[in-house]
Amino acid sequence: MRLPDPLATLRAIFHPAPTPGVLGVFGQLDAAVDTVRRLRAGGHHDFTVYSPIPRHELEDVLEQPVSPVRMFTLIGGAAGCAIGAWLTLYMSYDWPIVVGGKPIGSIPPYVVIMFEMTVLFGALSTILGIAFNAVFAARRLGTVLYDPRFTNDKFGIFVPCAPERAGQVEALLRQAGAEEVRRA
Amino acid sequence: MAEAPAPPSRVTYDFVTRAIARTLGNPGKGYYALLGSAVALLAIGILCLLFLLRYGLGLAGYSHPVYWAVYITCFVFWVGIAHSGTLISAILFLFRSGWRTAVYRTAEAMTVFAVMTAALFPLIHIGRQWYFYWTLPYPNERGLWPNFKSPLIWDEFAIGTYFTVSSVFLIMGLIPDIAAVRDVATGWRKKLYAITATGWRGTNEQWRHYTRGYLYLAALATPLVLSVHSVVSWDFAMAIVPGWHATIFAPYFVAGAIYSGVAMVVTLLVPIRKLFRLEELITVHHFENLAKLCLLTGMIVAYAYCVEYFTAWFGGNANERAAFWYRAFGPFWWASWTMIICNAFLPQLLWFKAVRTNILALFVISIFVNIGMWFERFVIIVVSLAGEPFTTWTNATYNATWADWGIMAGSFGWFFMWFLLFVKNFPSVSISEVKEVLPPPQRASRAVHA
Repeated sequence: MRLPDPLATLRAIFHPAPTPGVLGVFGQLDAAVDTVRRLRAGGHHDFTVYSPIPRHELEDVLEQPVSPVRMFTLIGGAAGCAIGAWLTLYMSYDWPIVVGGKPIGSIPPYVVIMFEMTVLFGALSTILGIAFNAVFAARRLGTVLYDPRFTNDKFGIFVPCAPERAGQVEALLRQAGAEEVRRA
Repeated sequence: MAEAPAPPSRVTYDFVTRAIARTLGNPGKGYYALLGSAVALLAIGILCLLFLLRYGLGLAGYSHPVYWAVYITCFVFWVGIAHSGTLISAILFLFRSGWRTAVYRTAEAMTVFAVMTAALFPLIHIGRQWYFYWTLPYPNERGLWPNFKSPLIWDEFAIGTYFTVSSVFLIMGLIPDIAAVRDVATGWRKKLYAITATGWRGTNEQWRHYTRGYLYLAALATPLVLSVHSVVSWDFAMAIVPGWHATIFAPYFVAGAIYSGVAMVVTLLVPIRKLFRLEELITVHHFENLAKLCLLTGMIVAYAYCVEYFTAWFGGNANERAAFWYRAFGPFWWASWTMIICNAFLPQLLWFKAVRTNILALFVISIFVNIGMWFERFVIIVVSLAGEPFTTWTNATYNATWADWGIMAGSFGWFFMWFLLFVKNFPSVSISEVKEVLPPPQRASRAVHA
């Protein structure tokens, strides 16, 4: 029996094979937006758009669903609040000492701790949510063509496609105003 | 505060990236002179702290009933400095203030380093730093837990949360910018930024999660910043010392914190802008808006001063009245009047546009506000304790010692050292957010529709 090679699995994770497709480099925002519209009309839905800044024009034309990060924030915040309540109440009753004539479990002062824990856990789980969704769960990250100008002043669109359809996609990108087109 | 006027056409996306990436190069002699002074100050502080550790808190100028003095003053001062960073980065973000983009990174970095500085002082103040973990809720052989009804424990949670959240907020904001400098850097820096950019490429998927997450972080940081200085104020207001026991303390402290923080942002931005030649990105318009923010919060602080004295008189409590008489005309009159002149009178100059748009004048005023705000905390803490009229120690006095001043100077060195190292090694102006307020590159008004 042949055992799977663990190193090969790691290599596949850290150095995935490139996705075949076509990359278009755009100097203007409206050209990129226009291309996205044409690609969607032409039945492409699987492409990656690069931009140096988040732009509403791109968001609108891509019609992406709302990010699930908000669920991370909500669950993290609620968990933090519960942990804050548990921490203060459990610890007060575990060794009950009357302080300042107040009840052992006094809710008003504990609200401060519960609030701080809500914010702490909410913020940390938001970070986890972004990291999880934008890095670990990101599809094809690191396998599609990239250009360093995309963090500076260029917009980019990578369209994954089979080599035989690349010519057609290339023509579409050029026609829509791409300054430069490359194949992977 | 209106949106920024249209910048000159020279300021394009590419210009922004290059101008900010340039700040990571050789900053020149002026920078190293500043860094050297900061390290020297820090060395003085460390030396004094070593003496304090060796010989104990007797070296500080404590005398009954003044056992909270310069260290706690510095703690409140530095926590206060931290506050404007989150105001500019989170609250003005939620209000969609375009002008914040050029200054918020500096303010945010200042926040993190100011909280790092502030957190040192409770440790110094407890005397036996190696027992600090006694304040944490951990299971121990004595079966004891912290007293969660104490504002000091609330403060521990508030400061801990604030430090964590403002750090992650700073790091989150940095990621797209580190990616931008990664893509123009060369040599070892490219490797460093490649690792710290965590694979950022600005894809639509990344921006989708990032912008949403950033919005929630801002929404969480906004009530947090208001809560933190409220909790700090309750360290005092929950006690029955006259001069402390006031319901106005929470909003009074929050306004004062933002006031001192904005002044510190101005104090830091003026030299940074000059050293790194960022005049085209950080314009007079930004300084004018900071000045307006300073004026607004300064007016709230001035109002709080009036209310404090008014309630002391109007409330009719003899102890409270005596405490405020002592504050204004007692042996510490010079501290009280420094605070009132620096914080309430001097900033009235900011009503004049000529002052608001004069960077040198703003720099000088901001330094006076910093001094005034340090004295505000000194007056609230030390003078209220020294003047406690119901003790038999009415004639108690307090004199800070060289150990107090040395450690305070060291805290400035510690803060400026971290800040200067940050601005040299990471983008001190947000690249992606400055681009967001610029008009994007578009094809000539010709609309194309498929």
